[in-house]
Order: sequence, then structure tokens, then C-alpha cells
Amino acid sequence: MALKKITQVSGTAVYVPGNDIDTDRIIPARFMKCITFDGLGEFMFYDVRRHEDGTPKDHPLDEPRFAGASILLTGNNFGCGSSREHAPQAIAKAGFNGVIAEGFAEIFFGNSTTLGLPLAVATKEDIQTIVAAVDKDPTTEVTIDVENQRIRFGDQEVTCFIRESARGGLIEGKWDQIAELLEGEAEINATAKELPYV
Amino acid sequence: MAKSLFEKVWDAHTVRTLSSGETQLFIGTHLIHEVTSPQAFGMLREMGLSVKFPERTYATVDHIVPTNESVEPFSDALADAMIKELRRNCKESEITFFDLDSGKQGVVHIVGPEQGLTQPGTTIACGDSHTSTHGAFGAIAFGVGTSQVRNILATQTMAMAELKVRRINVTGQLSPGVYAKDVILYIIRMLGVNGGTGFAYEYGGDVFDNMSMEERMTVCNMSIEGGARCGYVNPDETTFEYLKGRPYSPIGDDWGSAVELWKSYASDADCDYDDVVNIDAADIAPTVTWGINPGQAISINETIPSPDSVPADQVAGVEEALEFMQFEGGSAIKGIAIDVAFIGSCTNGRLSDLEEVAKYIQGKRVAEGIQAIVVPGSQVVAQIAKEKGLDRIFSEAGFEWRGAGCSMCLAMNPDKLVGDQICASSSNRNFKGRQGSPTGRTLLMSPLMVAAAAISGKVADAREVFGVGETVNA
Repeated sequence: MALKKITQVSGTAVYVPGNDIDTDRIIPARFMKCITFDGLGEFMFYDVRRHEDGTPKDHPLDEPRFAGASILLTGNNFGCGSSREHAPQAIAKAGFNGVIAEGFAEIFFGNSTTLGLPLAVATKEDIQTIVAAVDKDPTTEVTIDVENQRIRFGDQEVTCFIRESARGGLIEGKWDQIAELLEGEAEINATAKELPYV
Repeated sequence: MAKSLFEKVWDAHTVRTLSSGETQLFIGTHLIHEVTSPQAFGMLREMGLSVKFPERTYATVDHIVPTNESVEPFSDALADAMIKELRRNCKESEITFFDLDSGKQGVVHIVGPEQGLTQPGTTIACGDSHTSTHGAFGAIAFGVGTSQVRNILATQTMAMAELKVRRINVTGQLSPGVYAKDVILYIIRMLGVNGGTGFAYEYGGDVFDNMSMEERMTVCNMSIEGGARCGYVNPDETTFEYLKGRPYSPIGDDWGSAVELWKSYASDADCDYDDVVNIDAADIAPTVTWGINPGQAISINETIPSPDSVPADQVAGVEEALEFMQFEGGSAIKGIAIDVAFIGSCTNGRLSDLEEVAKYIQGKRVAEGIQAIVVPGSQVVAQIAKEKGLDRIFSEAGFEWRGAGCSMCLAMNPDKLVGDQICASSSNRNFKGRQGSPTGRTLLMSPLMVAAAAISGKVADAREVFGVGETVNA
């Protein structure tokens, strides 16, 4: 199972401000009534983007100047709450290929990495610098350099942090770990045999 | 070397180290439900993989189950498709399924413990963040995403980096009318909704020693709301007493050896923790959330924070919460009118939760215009509650007595808030739109506080409404 080596991701960016943005907000529970992940993209952040009658609210994701953005910029503790993988699935299916935040909730972090969606942690100040550049010129290309833990935008560059376990998996094309987990079959059986309750 | 329970269980279940540096961890008990498993089975099929240890996975249906109809097909076609898909997957892979007609169905985190599947010293995973609940038994229990559900089905293992351990001591005695829910809301408020990132929480001290298993489950359940990947209490006689005689508990000679083994997993008295937090039980009062995350909580007699009363880094969050909740900073939480009252969920839908409320509501009535619903966490809870006459007590007080499921905790079934209704809720999340209406507002609190709000029609101090702490009529 050869996976793509994700050394860097690039695109225009959009800023969704706020700390503690939970996975219910990223994909409201009613859209999880499905047996595949197909079609989740259009419901990403649905309730903060649409009124109850379906008409659009004023949300950055719907601003024409940010249309086509593929890098999401946000605040701290992004993806907290429910473990639903539907959240990173929705983000990826909406066309995003990377997220930059001050911090991520742990289950969300693992779920995203497994999908090959790089999550980069940057300081509040650096994120605001990127936001300012993007706001000034929404066509600014933002690159998350996964390999070197840098974020480049326009002629500027800041450092970012990507947890080593995720960074290594992304750049080596091992972000979906099932192949490696399966390879451990003999050791799995040995561990099972040692456990008194198994 | 002295070790914590977390380290002992982690070591016993370590298969090997992966190239990422993470541990390949054996998962002893895997629990699945209808929302996060269908895609996992789909991926297995696409990859030509099968379930490696079908006897180590148990399924039930909880999120989408209607609580006021039990006849299939459900009126919601999508919900109906989901339960059928789970049934098919369990049948094909020979997985035990606590289905609607089993008498054992319910919220997965209530079913596991009451069936005796949740045991000390084991690892447990489920595609649901509240899997941390099972830590109450001294298990290490993780909520996971669907790809990891797939990985566990295929290999009975998952990849994970070892966590640090934070010991949280709550010492002294809780005052009357202060419950496990208040303890965990207090902890989350104190340490923050992301304060637990990178940690397992070990709860200890007099308060936890004296808690029932169901109370310990309430606390461990919400560990994830504090950002901790799991939370646990060391197993003790209370744990063993609870497990004895459960359907999946060891029996005969195996019981004695299991108990000895379980005891050995408890943290060594002299083990080193990465962090220790000490809390005085006397500081904890009945607590209510006022905002849009579980850390935005205050005690019943405090006022709602205003943007100018909090540190600079919290101002935006407070402003956003006040705007959504339509509350004034500086005003009292007590007295805020509610529309709906919900008692249930994997946090507070167990028998003791219902018994505690039933003790106080006899002779009282839900206020005019308030919809109050009680959703037992499982069919077993519902059955025992009925045998004890609790359903009648709730009905006579004006509560709707429903069937088992997750219900209005996340409103994937027909139980939803409408518009910007305010719900006094015994559940675990007050996120924007959590209870089914994008503008619906949730106030988290203990079940007795929910009952006090239902009867008063507004947020109230249960100690005053019910005279808690005074002599209670037996």
C-alpha cells in the first residue's frame, strides 16, 4: 500500500477565528447520519455558515475572495470534543489539504494525520502575521513545509511544529498506519497470548 | 520501579514500537456503535481484510435510536439504514450485538460496564470520545476515530504515543447536594478544556475512594472534555463488588485470581506522576455551565463572567459565548428561565442518577410549559428503574419517561431543541448546536440540578428546592 509522501502542502488560505472550535461545530451531528464519508464536505461548519432557513451567514469560508482556499488558519485547541473522524473528513472533502492552528485536540490530531491531512502548530503571533498577509492579498500562496516545519507565505517564513510521529509518517508516506500494524501480526499474537483475559 | 496503573497497563499491552516512534498497543475490548463503525467495515471490505478477533468486539446501537418509538423501520430512513448496516456488519463478522430486542441495548458506555465487559487492567477503545468513562474501573480506555476503528477491527491494535499521567487528588468530603458531575465540572473549569492535552488523568483521594462506581464513571466520562485522552480511578473493593456476578465477569475460581490480578494493576503508592493537582472537596459547589464549552462553568451562586472580568486571552471566548447564549456578563446564573430539561446520557443516565432524583421529586411537579424528559442509559437501567417504580415517580412529577439511548445529548435521534431554547441538561457538552438546534442553548449540570430547574422553570439551587442536606424523608 504505497501512500503519497506528503512533504509539503500549498494553497491559498482562509482564517476561521476562535479557540476551542469543537468537532460538533466542524460537522454537526445530524450530518453523521450516513454510512459513508462521501458528501460531508458541503456541510463543513454548516451551522456557522448558514441560517436555519439555509440562507448564508457572513462567514469567512463563504467570502468570494477566499473561494478555493485549501489551507485553514485557526485558533487554539482546534477539533476538541467528539472523536468523530467525520470532522477531518469534512475538512478534507471540502478541499483543504492542511490546517494551521495554535494547538489541536488530540483525537482530532490523530484522525487527521491518518487521512494524510497535515496539522501544523504555530504561535498566535505567527498565525496573525499569516492572517494579515492573506487578508491583504487573498491570492497569497501559503505553504506548510512538513519536512522542515516551516510555513512560507509570500516572501515571509515562520516556523511551525508538527509532532514527530505525524511528521515522519507524512513525509515517508506512512500516515495511514494500517499496513505497519498488520505487519506486526506475530507480535500481536504473542501479546494476546500473554494477556490473562484475552 | 514503582509504576502508575497507566504505565502497568500500557506496558502489558505494548505489542512493539512503530517506525513513527508510537506504540502499537493491543486493545483488549473494542466497543462499536452505529455512527462511527460503518465506514470502518466499508474500508475493511475495500482492503480485503477481515476482523481479527471478532470475540473481542461488542456492538450496540445508541446514537440514532428514537426514544419514543421502538417499532422498526424507524420513521427516519437514514437512522433505519444505519441500524441495518450495523446488524449486517455484526452478522457477517460474527460480532456480539446488543440489539434493540436483546434487553441489553443502550448507550455503549453504560452497556459495557453493566455487562461486566469493562474490567480493571484492560485496554478499551471505541469510536466515541466518551470511552474515557471505562477508566472508572482502572481500565485504560480511549476514544478513537473511524480509521482507528478499522485498524482495531483488522489487527486488535492501535498506534498511540504514551501519555503523561496527572494525578488529581480531591480530598475531604463533598457537601450534600454536590455530586460527581460537579466534581468534574470543577476540575475542567480549573484546568481548562485543553489542560489535559498529552495526559491521562488519574483521579484519587477520599472523594474518589468514597464514590460509587457510577459516580466514578461520571467523572471519568468527562475527562475528554478537559482535553485528557483518558481518565481512570485505581480499582478497589468498590470496583470488585460492582463487577461480581455481571454477565461477562469471571466466575468460580477465575473470580479470585482475577481480583488478585486487578489489584496488582493499581498505581504503586510511591510511583512518580508527571503532575499532581490537589483539590479540596469543600471548595466544590453545585456547578452550572453558562457558555459554549464545558470549562465555562460557575457555581450556582456565582455570576456569569463579563469580558472585563477575565484575563485577556479569554475575552474573545467570553464575548462569543455571551453572544451565543444571549446572557449578560455579570448577571446571575440562578433564575435563568429554561425551556427543556434532559436527564440522561453516558455521563448521567445510570440507575443511581435516576434514583437520586426520584428521592426528591415526589409530590413536586415540572413547571408549566417546561418539557422534561428522562432517558435511561440502557434497557437494563430502564428495566430496574421500572421494577423500583422510578418511571412512575418521574411520570407523576410531569417528566416524560423514554426508551434507552443517547437522545438529546447530541440529538441524532428525534429528540432535539427547537430554535434558541435553553436546556438544563445532565449531559456532557454545551457546544453550539449540540442538542440539535443550531441556536439551541445548553446548560450542563448534575441530574438533581436539572430536576430543580425543571420544577422551578428556571436555573435553581437543588439544595434549596429540595431541602438537600436537611433530613430527607426515607
